[in-house]
Amino acid sequence: MRVLQSDPPSRVVLDAAGVGRALARIAHEVVERNKGIVDLGIIGIRSRGDHLALRLQGEIRKLEVEEVPFGAMDITLYRDDITRGADHAVIKSTEIPWVVDGKTILLVDDVLFTGRTIRAALDALMDFGRPRAIQLAVLVDRGHRELPIRADYVGKNLPTQHSEKVQVRLRETDGIDEVAILPPPSAAPAGAALPPAARPARRA
Amino acid sequence: MFERRHLLGLEGVSAEEITFLLDSAESFKEVSEREIKKVPTLRGRTVVNLFYESSTRTRTSFEIAAKRLSADTINLSASASSASKGETLTDTARNLAAMRPDAIVVRHPSAGAPHLLARHVDCPIINAGDGAHEHPTQALLDLLTIRSHKGQIAGLTVAIVGDLLHSRVARSNLFGLRTMGARVRFVGPPTLVPPQFADLGAELVNDLHEGLRDADVIMMLRIQRERMNGRYFSSLDEYSRLYCLSVDAVAKARRDVIILHPGPMNRGVEISSTVADGPYSVIMDQVTNGVAVRMAALYVLVGRRRGIEADDGEHSTRDAGTAGGRTAGAAALPLRRAAAAE
Repeated sequence: MRVLQSDPPSRVVLDAAGVGRALARIAHEVVERNKGIVDLGIIGIRSRGDHLALRLQGEIRKLEVEEVPFGAMDITLYRDDITRGADHAVIKSTEIPWVVDGKTILLVDDVLFTGRTIRAALDALMDFGRPRAIQLAVLVDRGHRELPIRADYVGKNLPTQHSEKVQVRLRETDGIDEVAILPPPSAAPAGAALPPAARPARRA
Repeated sequence: MFERRHLLGLEGVSAEEITFLLDSAESFKEVSEREIKKVPTLRGRTVVNLFYESSTRTRTSFEIAAKRLSADTINLSASASSASKGETLTDTARNLAAMRPDAIVVRHPSAGAPHLLARHVDCPIINAGDGAHEHPTQALLDLLTIRSHKGQIAGLTVAIVGDLLHSRVARSNLFGLRTMGARVRFVGPPTLVPPQFADLGAELVNDLHEGLRDADVIMMLRIQRERMNGRYFSSLDEYSRLYCLSVDAVAKARRDVIILHPGPMNRGVEISSTVADGPYSVIMDQVTNGVAVRMAALYVLVGRRRGIEADDGEHSTRDAGTAGGRTAGAAALPLRRAAAAE
């Protein structure tokens, strides 16, 4: 039996075309700001930041002759909230097959929220060497920072309530490019909690 | 997913749990290849290595694993501990527990000792070898080595050769390999391959060449000279004539066979030097994988005990319930299994 009004309405704020345009614009901004791509490297934070990073690499390739080296990082081991196996599943691999020393690193993630993930990523990156500079690109900045961290390139600034969830879905992982705001679970009518299976792949 | 509180053995551990540990270990391998071989994951945690039997490889491996995760490690050996002054294992454990370690890695000559500890202390216990019972991290590193060379474990034929009677490595591997869907052959003289192993799902073979036929994996066991006093075979010489893994014997196995040995090797007794150093040998991979597997075990058992709210809301709704629930729900393996295996 299905109770129709139990599904809390989600609001799509960025569709596939929007995601594409945002990434194309960020690529232009990166090239402009760095006056080319000399000594640039792209590293995506798993999971989803890595896919965005690969797409950015592709977008930049359209503008410049050279290819920007790509890497992916799992920052689970650097988190300040390592806990329960529950949703943390398996630690994914970190692959940065080039030297970060002296490079300008473009760090890529899907959602910038409290800033703690980026803090962990910065720590992780420093263990790989001494980059000349690190810049941050995110698809969505939803505010509510808890640390003094800001993004250099933002796909979309998204004012949210702290209790809302921002859900990013990407072709590579979810079959569709889309950013949506989900209302807080408590906003749904009583007894209308989503079953675990219906929980979105990632809320940030 | 691995929700257990302790890692006491592989008996009864599901294929999903084993796969989870192996997948995690796979990712930890990369940390050991970095220039800075350390991640801050277990900063501020304390891991006690409590070894009542001598060990070089396993203890070093656990210590390196803990240190690469930034945990503090303390090594206690039987000769230096108050066991030599007559303290019981339980009392030692209670005293250690009072110092609030975050995990105790224990090796003990008696089967079931880690299980006993698990009932008396409130931190995770990792079995690093208990008598002739289990040695789960060794089996996991063997499984990881096999999986990375063969792609998968299911469907493989694994011949385990030598002193099966006294081998905790063989028992843990038998449980793990069977769970993952491999065929397991126990190969050795009748005195060292008791028929009861058949009940646990092993095929028993006494002839070496027959036992190695079409094997995908050969796992050699050390002849534990300290436990042999002429009761199991008449001489080492005779044993090695019949069971030493020579080039000829390897030829009976599949062409792409890999050869494992948990160490320390008795060259010329159970394995010839030519084979040990030959192209099929993955013995050094085992040692490398050992650190990764132990990092995974420590991460899974120790790392997730702290319950601070996740930053991006991924887990926040479930945080409150998990920490306490796991502790209460996770049960140690019953001790009788340890007794049965002896």
